[in-house]
Amino acid sequence: MTRLPEFRAAKWDEPVVMEMGRPGGRGQHFPAPEPEVTEAVGAALIPAAMARQDRPELPEITEFEAQRHYLHLSQMTLGMMGVSLFGTCTMKYNSKTAEFATLRPELAEVHPYQHPDTLQGVLEIMHDFDGILRSLSGMDQFIFQAGGGADAAYTMACVARAYWQDRGMLGQRTEMVTSMQAHPCNPATAAAAGFKVVNLPLEENGYPSLEALKAAVSEKTALIMINNPDDMGIYNPEIKEWVKAAKEVGALCFYDHANFNGVMGKLSARELGFDACMFMLHKTFGAPKAGGGPAVGAFGCTDDLAAYLPTPVVVKSGGRYLLDEDRPKSAGKVREFWGNVPQVVKAYAWARAMGAEGIQLGSDISVVANNYMDKRLGEIPGLARSNPQVGQHRMEMTRWSLGPLAEETGVGTVDFANRMADYGIDPWWMSHEPWIVAEPFTPEAGELWSKEDIDLWIDVVAKICEEARSDPDMVKSAPHNQPIAQVKGDAFEDPAKWAMTWRAWKRKRAGSDAARGAA
Amino acid sequence: MASQMRAHPWMANSAPGVLEAMLAEIGAKSVAEVFEQVPQDHFRKAPLDLPPALTSEVELRRDLVTKLKKNQDCEANLSFLGAGVWQHHVPAIVDEIVGRTEFATNVWGSYQSDHGRNQAWFEFSSQLGALLNLDVVQLPVYSWGCAIGHAMRMSARMTGRAKVLVPALSDPERLSVIRTYCQPREMEGAIEVVTVAADPTSGRLDIGDLKAKLGDDVAAVYFENPAYLGTIETGAAEIARLARADGAETIVGVDPASLGVLTAPGDYGADIVTGPVQPLGVHMHCGGGAGGFIASRDEERYVRAYNGFLVSVVETQEPGQLGFGLACAHQNSYGMRENGNDWTGNSTYLWAIAGAVYMSLLGPEGFRELGTLIVSRARYAAKLLGEVPGVRVVWPDTTFKEFVVNFDGTGKTVAEVNDALRAKGIFGGKDISGEDNGLGQSALYCVTEIHTAADIRRLADTLREVL
Ligand SMILES: Cc1ncc(COP(=O)(O)O)c(C=O)c1O
Repeated sequence: MTRLPEFRAAKWDEPVVMEMGRPGGRGQHFPAPEPEVTEAVGAALIPAAMARQDRPELPEITEFEAQRHYLHLSQMTLGMMGVSLFGTCTMKYNSKTAEFATLRPELAEVHPYQHPDTLQGVLEIMHDFDGILRSLSGMDQFIFQAGGGADAAYTMACVARAYWQDRGMLGQRTEMVTSMQAHPCNPATAAAAGFKVVNLPLEENGYPSLEALKAAVSEKTALIMINNPDDMGIYNPEIKEWVKAAKEVGALCFYDHANFNGVMGKLSARELGFDACMFMLHKTFGAPKAGGGPAVGAFGCTDDLAAYLPTPVVVKSGGRYLLDEDRPKSAGKVREFWGNVPQVVKAYAWARAMGAEGIQLGSDISVVANNYMDKRLGEIPGLARSNPQVGQHRMEMTRWSLGPLAEETGVGTVDFANRMADYGIDPWWMSHEPWIVAEPFTPEAGELWSKEDIDLWIDVVAKICEEARSDPDMVKSAPHNQPIAQVKGDAFEDPAKWAMTWRAWKRKRAGSDAARGAA
Repeated sequence: MASQMRAHPWMANSAPGVLEAMLAEIGAKSVAEVFEQVPQDHFRKAPLDLPPALTSEVELRRDLVTKLKKNQDCEANLSFLGAGVWQHHVPAIVDEIVGRTEFATNVWGSYQSDHGRNQAWFEFSSQLGALLNLDVVQLPVYSWGCAIGHAMRMSARMTGRAKVLVPALSDPERLSVIRTYCQPREMEGAIEVVTVAADPTSGRLDIGDLKAKLGDDVAAVYFENPAYLGTIETGAAEIARLARADGAETIVGVDPASLGVLTAPGDYGADIVTGPVQPLGVHMHCGGGAGGFIASRDEERYVRAYNGFLVSVVETQEPGQLGFGLACAHQNSYGMRENGNDWTGNSTYLWAIAGAVYMSLLGPEGFRELGTLIVSRARYAAKLLGEVPGVRVVWPDTTFKEFVVNFDGTGKTVAEVNDALRAKGIFGGKDISGEDNGLGQSALYCVTEIHTAADIRRLADTLREVL
């Protein structure tokens, strides 16, 4: 085994900002209104009933103190500046060239209600990127309003509602059919849109059977929502038959293309028969996730569904780019405005920088690298690949189980994740609920990481497996090289202890101090 | 398979020989072999048709900048657009911090490795809680409209009722989102959206109409303060009292930039409070700066109804040390799929960090100065515009940063006025003439701390010139 680099996270013992500063301290001034302003309108402009009397309890710190404090917090954030093979999330390099372009006033200081004549540049980029996604998927129209992958799934549910409402069949088409391994956002958004969710169980080979699907779909089915490959790295080879069976009963078919990285340039959602699909620009297309957004779920569909899209839709007409708001059958908006535009620009930049050949190569590398990782992980005692019956090469990620090691040592996947951070390695992704293998973890190599990075990651896993055998308590009490120790998690479910703000914390702490004092 | 490409700057394993080395290690003869799960007839037939690759940074930058420069922006022009996205000053420190790669990263993050980020999140909620005078603040959802939608769905789950009241003079953009969240009538679990009239003399909620529409079937009353058309809702406490008397929740939407001078909603009876995060240090980003917060009192029935991420401060195993993690994580869609509260996913959490930095920079005095400056200049603008022949300010002296300007007396449409202003480098207010508000040819003007008195005079003078 190679020597593992030593790592120690920055630890600043940084106070919560609410405790910092001094009465009267200032970090930002605003000028007083100009004399002519005050002269014209006077003071005391807020009606007495609404004028704030108290002083908000905010910190009073200098500009430098704010800068230093938040720089310290950024330094206490790993943010994948080690190696992160966080499965289901497809780690990419996020281009600073693209980031800096979007920070220029020509985008950062642009208002979505400006006249379209003043928005031709950004509309051109969105239109061109729509074209790129059309080519990658075979769909006829994309929109970018959805603020994430889940929101694109929600968009689908809303478009399906409008589609069935238009046919007067909303009362009949009440069900959405999916797999129990589909990302939770599919059933959750369908349910939030008012559909009843039918979850298909998995068979030995990792996906629900075609027979089960055929039995589940009927004249009640409004739509099916499915991802392929799934998070276990298994590709459902019957997907075309699925789509056919669903369409035979009239249902719409939505392809959650979040796991696109392994099949970029190789599969076309349209050619497989789907009516609509979504791509995650903050995943496959190189825009940052930024720890949870701003993100974009690009939603694409066929012309048959385009009438129901949320507005506005970017269109080109006579050499000019326009925002089409005039869609009488539109499902309505899922979010204000046209979407997280800077992320769309970053995704466009990614697609341009990669080009068709680069995109193809990216998917080759992701799948080869995952299989390389699989091979090496398979040599580590205590780890087991999910679905052992599936002997074929997995796609761009693989679901693994730490079950054997946990049985042997008592160290589970959560303990393991805690310990990984001690090596400067982002904890692994475990699995969405429900956990269908014991102590799951789900690595994904992607095209960013070098073979050396992947080797390092695997060496760390092997090392922690050894530690689990030689010193399980040390692993279970990790992290040890991070800015803070393990948190006492019981508070998270206890109304007497949880504290989502400093106000609440002070109140509850005062309460418990008083209780202690009284005892 | 062996690519003729140069190694790509974003793909380490595209260097010559690496792919082959990995294939050799796994004992595969070709790349095609690792795709063995995919049936041959699934591979796409249509060739990819993408624009040429720009693998060099110099070409990529040129392409992006050339295109973006075709835009006109609100820095080179003088803009009075608001209505959900507002031009506020963004302190340089905010840009520095949200641009830190540890935050603006590709990773979603974890509580073990990203302590600093978790603390910044908690500090967003804590400082916003101090502005709102409320104890629970969730990390922001996609937008203000989405926040209102979730809040309404929370209220329906909490009360078991299926009707919400909203102002008739609501922002059509947000209202469209609200209607989406409340679902068409045919759906099971649909929430009926009923509008409450405005008092035509003040733009405020018509209390008589509110009383008529309240009842034991109403889950929530929603209003904004300041309202969509800029007016300050002086009847807020009364509305909340009436709602409570009928067992309905009071949901309020507030502009955080107003909270240095306007009463905190927690102090006039709001149960659930929503609002935009964009005013808190986020650029307009062509609407991509949107994000919406949800806050409430710290009662278990509220906390259990949230859909997303609630960050709690807790003790760690080390005495005296504090850490942060997700409270009540199981109740969301990650924990319970279709049985969770609505859904969650990647959202707008980078803007929580922007907001944390912004609020820490302003402090209590900064917010007071900001609010005072905005309301003063906005009233000044309303006064000057009202003096332009044919121009009338609707509901003068009742507004915070936005106000309605009517052009009926000029014989021109808002579109014509805005075209003429644009030719002079000014973006006039949002055209609200098509919005079914009975206000004729009117525009919603927005004035913030970035508009100087001289800017405002330039607007008034230019209007005189073009009308
Ligand atoms: C397969 C799949 N679908 C949907 C999503 C939801 O995306 P988001 O978190 O952007 O809402 C994810 C998240 O990674 C995913 O992996």
